[in-house]
Amino acid sequence: MATAKTAKFDIKSYRGFKAMTLICLFVLYAPLVVVTIYSFNASNSITTWEGFSLHWYADVFIGPDSDKFKAAAFNSFVIAITAATLATSIATLAATAMVRGGKFRLRTVSFGLISLPLMVPEIVTAVATLIFFNAIGFDRGILTILLAHTAFCIPFAYLPISARMQGIEDSYEQAAMDLYANRRQAFTRILLPLMMPGIISGFILAFIVSLDDFIITNFVKGAGVETLPTAIFGSVKQGIKPNIMAISTMLLGVSVLMVTISYFVSKSDNTK
Amino acid sequence: MSTDQEITREIAIDVRNAVKRYGDFTALKQISLSIMDNEFFTLLGPSGCGKTTLLRMIAGFEDVTEGGIYLYGDEIENLPPHQRPVNTVFQNYALFPHMTILDNVGFGLEMRGSSKADARKRAGEMLELVQLSQFAARKPSQLSGGQQQRVALARALAPQPKVLLLDEPLSALDLKLRKAMQLELKHLQRETGITFIFVTHDQEEALTMSDRIAVMSAGELQQLGAPTDIYERPHNMFVADFIGETNLLEVSVDKIEAGRAICHLGGGHELTCNEVAGIGTGAQVHMSIRPERLFMSEQPAKGESLHGRVKENIFVGTDISTIVALDEGPDFIVRTSNSDRGNKRIFEPGTEMYINMELGAARLLVD
Amino acid sequence: MAAGAASGGSAVTDTYKESRTWLLMPAWLTLSILVLAPVTMMLVYSFLTKEFRGGVIWEFSLAAYDQFFFDRGLFGDEAPKVEWTYILIFWRSIWQAGAATILSLVIGFPTAYFIATRPEQSRPLWVFLITIPYWVNLLIRTVSMKFLLRDQGPFNDLLINIGLIDTPIHIINTNFAVQLGLFYSYLPFMVLPIYAAVERYNFTLSEAAADLYASKWVTLRRILLPAVKPGVIAGCILVFVPSMGSFLAPDLLGGAKNFMIGSLIEEQFKGNAGNWPFGAAASMILMTMVLIILLIYARQQARADKVEG
Repeated sequence: MATAKTAKFDIKSYRGFKAMTLICLFVLYAPLVVVTIYSFNASNSITTWEGFSLHWYADVFIGPDSDKFKAAAFNSFVIAITAATLATSIATLAATAMVRGGKFRLRTVSFGLISLPLMVPEIVTAVATLIFFNAIGFDRGILTILLAHTAFCIPFAYLPISARMQGIEDSYEQAAMDLYANRRQAFTRILLPLMMPGIISGFILAFIVSLDDFIITNFVKGAGVETLPTAIFGSVKQGIKPNIMAISTMLLGVSVLMVTISYFVSKSDNTK
Repeated sequence: MSTDQEITREIAIDVRNAVKRYGDFTALKQISLSIMDNEFFTLLGPSGCGKTTLLRMIAGFEDVTEGGIYLYGDEIENLPPHQRPVNTVFQNYALFPHMTILDNVGFGLEMRGSSKADARKRAGEMLELVQLSQFAARKPSQLSGGQQQRVALARALAPQPKVLLLDEPLSALDLKLRKAMQLELKHLQRETGITFIFVTHDQEEALTMSDRIAVMSAGELQQLGAPTDIYERPHNMFVADFIGETNLLEVSVDKIEAGRAICHLGGGHELTCNEVAGIGTGAQVHMSIRPERLFMSEQPAKGESLHGRVKENIFVGTDISTIVALDEGPDFIVRTSNSDRGNKRIFEPGTEMYINMELGAARLLVD
Repeated sequence: MAAGAASGGSAVTDTYKESRTWLLMPAWLTLSILVLAPVTMMLVYSFLTKEFRGGVIWEFSLAAYDQFFFDRGLFGDEAPKVEWTYILIFWRSIWQAGAATILSLVIGFPTAYFIATRPEQSRPLWVFLITIPYWVNLLIRTVSMKFLLRDQGPFNDLLINIGLIDTPIHIINTNFAVQLGLFYSYLPFMVLPIYAAVERYNFTLSEAAADLYASKWVTLRRILLPAVKPGVIAGCILVFVPSMGSFLAPDLLGGAKNFMIGSLIEEQFKGNAGNWPFGAAASMILMTMVLIILLIYARQQARADKVEG
């Protein structure tokens, strides 16, 4: 950025690209910042600013809709934690087979299967899952949401985990086996600890994906069961109210916090 | 060492007709060699020659396509790596980054069933041996390359393997450290009495450290012998060219009499050298003459002499390399040690002179 | 010889070869039962007869596809004409997704390039800044966008207060609002692959071009762009594909006039008015389109890999 001073001609820098980047960041952050600011608005109307207040946060917890939101939040977190745990475990095992299992005929097929939820449009997955549960006569409720989320989260957990494993040379495990560790010991004592940052990132991403999911949840949730996104959507359909902004800001805070943790975990490279 | 001794010594690793194929590609073509107990044995060759593959087959990381590998008489090629009492020092050391130095060194003992306390005690002793006790609690990343190298060595030696495999362990070190480590490795091998199998592409390193060297190229064994054998009596053109600097000349064998072969160099020059089995009269072969075995003089000296003219002198530190063109014949490189300059003459470019050598300095090569 | 090269791909990744079936089993089972089987079931449903209160009657029927493509009049007895309603909705979805992709490319390329040419230590932080919003709930982001751009929202307020305009600009419920929402939803998907490609790019090539009298912009067009083209194409696909099937942006920002496939499908499963086989058929058509795009892309990638050796 000090290029103007140091070099007259810099082959790498193009005029306007920095401005574009700043515009890009502005567009990305402006709506979030505005909603966060307005969630602290004292006014009953969302249009005018009448000073700072925590009024709407209090409203979320003790207001008329608080029970609905608390139940939705509880569902959201239980589902997110369970689905992320299941998806991460499945993805860790799958990544081990895919990255450390040699070449095999079903490898490409397996990879296709794992990334299927990313390739099929989310609304199609939602429709298909709804139809499936309907066809096999499975009553819609928390369990259907949980199952759908687990499957949908697998690729999100898989990608950071397999990326991490590809970055770990297999000479560590070879050295362990050369030093009389059997395969299981090489896995638990060497590979698993080295993969931990990838596993944590994978878990966090899966957690956020589940927590944030609206479309699939909306299709498979069944009557009366709400998660935070579906509850918010329901409210928004009747107009944006300030308490929704307070909930949104809190949920936004959770996501940003989790992603930040994931960022620092993945940066802490324990192979160095 | 004398031949008698070798017969009484046990064979540590016996590779019998080992073949390694990857699909259509044959990495090793029927290799057979015996590595003796308590020997410092080196597999030497350019990259891609199959030396690392052979080492990894002994360690158990590569299957043997055909043939067998025996460790003190026991067939081992079907055992997984963790059941073979051989340990490896990896090229990049492969120190476990999430464990301390002490736990790294103790890992093998622990896996073999020692208690954690015993493993640590023994690991501590090993660290003392390589003079790294003060780093026991550190992580590998906090050590320098040379220190990591020694940890890798201590880790591989701690479970007292029957054979230690070293896969180019010095290649990541700088020149000075490498020289020091060469000596240290040699001493360690003497002290522990463990058979070392050392893989390298550095011929100087191989000559310095080894009891015996196996020179490999393109998946085949080219020559097996003591360093002096390999250097002074290269068997074929590959070995002569790969080990050290040499003058390689195309010659035709004029006649053979009384164990001597008289060869024609072109331009009317003739040289006499020792007969080599398998090369008869009329053969078109290559000849190797080490540049340091040549010296220059104004008049022909005793032995073999050839007349020529100095083209260029090149200063290379300890030596001076002189390029000499024979009259209507090939170019020669003559190497004169700087410490010898009192006795041996250096001529200015353009000067006519003779290059001389003792009988036996020139050697005929198979293929 | 490097250990990796020596082992020629056999031993390097073979460590858990024997156990790979068991390691993969949970993933196979979960994804087969919960993704593959449902998609198959959806295909079956698209050929069934609709039940008027939602759901299906198990009777083979082509009615869903017929309804999608043909108009047979109110009583179904007229000669079939091409039914444009749904084709137009698909067409609008493609058009909107395309516009959002171009918007993302125009802003995303310079951004990705700028980030990739930052000093190495600060690059992850820039990437992080670009990706954070993606991880914020899509619903919240879309609602925020709507709030910001409303006629009485902060954006119009600001413009009126600084005197740039007198009356609010109508953005919500226009095509542009949907494009903006889609752009906002998937921008990181454009930035990341381009960033990865530019980061790998060898800038000595640009220097060589400059040395041979190419101007900066010529260098960008003739040397850099061809080199990073795979990243650009990947980015475009990653934005285009989810945009086409998106539901929230058109629903919340576009209003009834700017109906897209996502909303069309969603309606078929809402309450009693829906038509499940028709929704399944529309989903199948959408998925087929997406898979065709991905297949063409995969084949081109394979060809490009072959050329590179």
